[in-house]
Amino acid sequence: MSYYDPKDLRKFGNITEWSEELGTKFFDYYGKVFEEGALSAREKSLIALAVAHTEQCPYCIDAYTKDGLQRGVTKEEMMEAVHVGAAIKSGATLVHGVMMMNKVNKLDG
Amino acid sequence: MGKLKTQSLHKRDSELAQSNRQLEILSNGIFQDGELPTFAKKIKETNQFPLRPKKLEILQINVGYMCNQVCEHCHVDAGPDRKEIMTWETMEQCLEVIRNTGAHTLDLTGGAPEMNPNFRRFVEEASKAGIKDFIVRSNLTIIRANKKYYDLPDFFKKHNVHVVSSMPHWTRGKTDKQRGEGVFDMSIKALQELNERGYGMPDSDLRLDLVYNPSGAFLPGDQASMEKDFKKALMEDFGIHFHNLFAITNLPIARFLDYLIASENYEDYMYQLVDAYNPAAVKNVMCTNTISVSWDGYLFDCDFNQMLELPVASKVKHISDYNEDLLNDRNIVISQHCFGCTAGAGSSCQGAVAE
Ligand code: SF4
Ligand code: SF4
Repeated sequence: MSYYDPKDLRKFGNITEWSEELGTKFFDYYGKVFEEGALSAREKSLIALAVAHTEQCPYCIDAYTKDGLQRGVTKEEMMEAVHVGAAIKSGATLVHGVMMMNKVNKLDG
Repeated sequence: MGKLKTQSLHKRDSELAQSNRQLEILSNGIFQDGELPTFAKKIKETNQFPLRPKKLEILQINVGYMCNQVCEHCHVDAGPDRKEIMTWETMEQCLEVIRNTGAHTLDLTGGAPEMNPNFRRFVEEASKAGIKDFIVRSNLTIIRANKKYYDLPDFFKKHNVHVVSSMPHWTRGKTDKQRGEGVFDMSIKALQELNERGYGMPDSDLRLDLVYNPSGAFLPGDQASMEKDFKKALMEDFGIHFHNLFAITNLPIARFLDYLIASENYEDYMYQLVDAYNPAAVKNVMCTNTISVSWDGYLFDCDFNQMLELPVASKVKHISDYNEDLLNDRNIVISQHCFGCTAGAGSSCQGAVAE
């Protein structure tokens, strides 16, 4: 038995049942964020896909892979987006190396 | 011609070649145990049951299931091995109806309608009937399949035919995956030839529209944004023009149903369709303004019902007894495949239907 069940994604909307006001506000906000704006809905979908990976959220990966296919996004585009996420994630790790270097230099320089 | 992917389900003797087997699948499982509502139950919620026709606008005639392609998801289960072809006798009965119908659109489909040996004679006669919009659903590759078809663009132009053609994606990889190797390049060449004759050009009266249907187990995106993306890519890469893009949902029948089951996507796909159910799309589904005629002259609510062998629920069953008033007074025959017509913005042979 896994903690994650793909079928649970369909029940996402149910969170509103236990807190109607906050749930509704969240979904209104969420819907608004993904509308066409200064960024196209297609661009937003690719950003969401990249973030879904850095957050390692299986539900979001499922949802935004499908969303991309529906928008005609190609698999090459999807993989490039995932690499953008991965690059930022690894960059964020590595840039902390400077902190480590500072500390070494201070303590043992 | 590109390498063909497969044979039709009929040729393979697949159990899914049987329409009653398909109907069984569509009524069993998740629909039988109530996990998902049936289409009838869903439309009852908004008092739209039974589904009834409005004014007849489109006469869609399927002149045969033979096709030069064997697309993976074909709802007709068409292919070179299908022998069902409309005879001239049935065509004459259709012409009689075309001359007298109140419909403003005549829509010829197949298979590849051009492979019917009497196709040209039929188009010549039908074009004299003065129907406002005369559509031929041409798969594009047929134009390049054999020398005898090379002049089709000129033939279409001569008879002022409105050409509607399938194009699953603006990239070679996705197109060939669904429709067969080499299909993309041949389709591009055919589109360029149509453009050369004036088809699809801005301000041209020679209409060229494309049909997009998804290459897998997912729904089509927003029609207007897909059209924008297709236009940009086909123009930048190949200098191709076309008028409109129709985004069509794949219905879970025939080869698409076979694919859904084999790839273990069937249940998820049905969930997607039911989740995306849009009651506003119901009043404009295709069967409310269309009659579909099969290769042997029988009448159906739509091309999908034709493939499922669900005849019209009317005394008038055949083109030889055609009576528009009687026919319009009928209940439309539905099953769970109908969820494909009501998902999101809705889907018909003319694309999205919700206003
Ligand atoms: S989808 Fe169209 S072109 Fe492809 S096999 Fe079916 S009838 Fe032929
Ligand atoms: S599948 Fe046919 S009968 Fe069912 S809703 Fe669509 S057009 Fe109507």
